[in-house]
Amino acid sequence: MPLERHADILIVGGGPAGIAAAWGASRGGGSLLLVDENPSLGGQIWRGEASKDQGHRQRPAGAWLRKVAATNLEFLAGARVFASPGPGALWAETADDRVTLTYNRLILTPGARERLLPFPGWTLPNVMAAGGLQALVKSGLPIHGRSVVVAGSGPLLLAVAAYLRGQGAQVRLIAEQAPQTRLVGFGLGLITSPAKLAQAMALKKALAGVPHRFGCWPVAAQGEGRLASVTLSNGRTTWTEPCDYLACGFGLVPNTELPRLLGCEVTRGVAVVDEWQQTTTEGIYGAGEVTGIGGVECSLVEGEIAGLAASGKFDEAQRLFPARDQARAFASRLERAFALRDELRNLPQPATIVCRCEDVTFAQLNLFHTSREAKLQTRCGMGPCQGRICVPAVAFLKQWPPDSIRPPILPTRMENLVETIPTTTSVTSTPA
Amino acid sequence: MPERVALQINGRTIEVAAGTTVAAALAIMGIPVSRRSVTGEPRGPVCGMGVCFECRVTIDGVPHRLGCLTHCTSGMEVRTDAP
Repeated sequence: MPLERHADILIVGGGPAGIAAAWGASRGGGSLLLVDENPSLGGQIWRGEASKDQGHRQRPAGAWLRKVAATNLEFLAGARVFASPGPGALWAETADDRVTLTYNRLILTPGARERLLPFPGWTLPNVMAAGGLQALVKSGLPIHGRSVVVAGSGPLLLAVAAYLRGQGAQVRLIAEQAPQTRLVGFGLGLITSPAKLAQAMALKKALAGVPHRFGCWPVAAQGEGRLASVTLSNGRTTWTEPCDYLACGFGLVPNTELPRLLGCEVTRGVAVVDEWQQTTTEGIYGAGEVTGIGGVECSLVEGEIAGLAASGKFDEAQRLFPARDQARAFASRLERAFALRDELRNLPQPATIVCRCEDVTFAQLNLFHTSREAKLQTRCGMGPCQGRICVPAVAFLKQWPPDSIRPPILPTRMENLVETIPTTTSVTSTPA
Repeated sequence: MPERVALQINGRTIEVAAGTTVAAALAIMGIPVSRRSVTGEPRGPVCGMGVCFECRVTIDGVPHRLGCLTHCTSGMEVRTDAP
């Protein structure tokens, strides 16, 4: 039988923003439930921290996990929200059930995913997202002695390269598409934040001796059945690096499927929120990357404000506004420094697959003028990932805004959608 | 000592540390391919966080399970549709 859970405040997403939201909301005294698709709290950035002993955790993660452990928060792990049956309720799928989650107030902290851009060979096995390879290594993929090229854009590349090197990988190259001149300005800006400067210095030390080039990007990956080498360009010359893995991401994209499904306004790819982190739908709050890519500090402060505001603690929430202003100012400097260069729009060749679920090529997309037309005629974005990979890529390549969203926002078992017909089969439906 | 679990992947038995995901277990076995695409291309895990659906495999007879979000458990049977 389908299960039901109710909470005064329901939080969807267990990364830093969700954890801080739980801490903030706990001061209101109501019941609290947090759901996440992963087996433990921490999200992507603090993956694995919850299962470590307290003494071995990264500093901010350890402190926050300890704080929420002392609250009345209940955690429902391994549950993915896929639809809303009506106001004040969500449906989530677990390994073997559907759970109906009801709430008085809802805080959405769904985080972000990496932006992947299509280039010839990007669908070869062992070409992965940058954070994707890191996540797989954290969950057991053997990387010791393997050669890796880390490419794309953004501060995540450095964190991934440092982590992989620490695990014994041979990092052959870090290729950042942004020009060095723009990043020098950004580096000087770090001095205004000693904590960030210390992080930057620690990364620099961890990456000593690793070739780090700016203004270059991957243009093709080669291999038979799996990756063997990657070709890079700096706009003037190209060269090829043999490697076992390519860890490649071009910045982050907020996960806005859930706020869009619930009718919250999303503008320029981010959920619109007011000063209390409330979305355009009353009683639904948004915090962290979903309101704009800002990193851990920004997610923590936004999450705490959302939690406090959702539980009526407005004075306490207001005291955090200056910290949020500072975190957001840093985030907008980051965005300018790592803006994607126009040359990347030329990465796909006519035969390059853009939609990995439906194997739709760039040539097929070039026959159309909107994402809706392309979707209806080619099934681009209609596969199991529901456009999570190709829609942000196409938005950058063709400057097409995304099409409307429809439930279920993720593939789910047929019996989760059909209540009247009992079924024991486990067919995965792909929504149209 | 970390606890270890034994499972079967494509009929071969493998022992991994508890907490290892199915996607990582494939890599431990030297299998880079988790599925074939609709046009027959080999594909392997990409995003590592349940977004891209490239790591989907059959687990205990249930198709389309995400290898990157599923921890290996004792006696689990995993199949990739790649030969």
